[in-house]
Amino acid sequence: MSDIGFSATRRLILQGAGAVALVGLGNLPFGMAPALAAANDKYPEDAFKAKSEADAIKALYGKSPEPSDKVKMDAPEIAENGSVVPISVSTTLADVTSIAFLVSENPVALVATYRIPAGTAPSVANRIKMARTSNVTVVVEAGGKLYSATKEVKVTVGGCGG
Amino acid sequence: MASSIRVRATASGENTEVQALIQHPMDSGFIKDAKGELIPAHFITQLKFEHDGKTVFAADWGGGVSKDPYVKFSFKGAKKGDELKISWIDNKGATDTTTAKIQ
Repeated sequence: MSDIGFSATRRLILQGAGAVALVGLGNLPFGMAPALAAANDKYPEDAFKAKSEADAIKALYGKSPEPSDKVKMDAPEIAENGSVVPISVSTTLADVTSIAFLVSENPVALVATYRIPAGTAPSVANRIKMARTSNVTVVVEAGGKLYSATKEVKVTVGGCGG
Repeated sequence: MASSIRVRATASGENTEVQALIQHPMDSGFIKDAKGELIPAHFITQLKFEHDGKTVFAADWGGGVSKDPYVKFSFKGAKKGDELKISWIDNKGATDTTTAKIQ
C-alpha cells in the first residue's frame, strides 16, 4: 500500500484550500441534479437511516453475509483519532459488484458503499469516522452472494465528525 | 473557480490507479458546535468516476465518511492521456465535477 502519491496531492489541496471554500454555491434541489441522478444510481436512503449494522445490511441487500477469509480488511488496531480512520479492503473473490463499510457503534452504522463494475478491481481504500471503539465490518457482494470480514478498532478519541 | 476535487490517476500497463481527495465538511448531523447546537448534516451522498462514458467506480456515502474524503481504487481499460470524469452531489443538492487526465 503506497500512499506516497497522496501526500503530494494533499499539499496541492492545502495550497488551494482558500479558493475551494467557494464550492457549493449552486444549490439545486436533490432530485433535479442531472449528472448523478440516473435511475440505476439510486441513493440507498433507508440503509443510511438504519441504526444497526444488521438492519443496514438488510436494507441494502435484503440478506445477510457470511464471514469469509477471502475478504481482507486493513484497519488499524488502535485509532488515535476517530474522525479519520483509514480502512481498506481487498478480496480474491470473483465477480465482485459492491463493497460496503459499516461501523456497528456509530449512530448510523452504514458508512459507505461502493459499486464495482466489471473491469474495476475489488479493492477500495477510504477514511471513515468512528464515534468510539467498535467493530468495523466490510461486506463484499460477489456473484450475488454476500461475504464479510469484521475487525475491532479501538478508538482513543471519538470523532464522528468532531 | 478551483475545484473541490483533486485526482491522481496513474496508468501502468492495463491498470489505472486512482486516488481522489475532495474538499467537503462531511458533517454527520450528530456533532454539536461550541454553543452546544447540532451542526446540520452536510455530506456528499454520491460520487462517480467515469471513463469513456462508462462508470468505473461509484460511491454512496453517509455522514460517517471523514471530512475531506479520500478514496482509492483501480480499474482496467484506460491508457495514459485518457480522461477521467469525477462528479459528486451532496445532501443539500450541491454538486461539483472535474475531469482529470490519466498520467
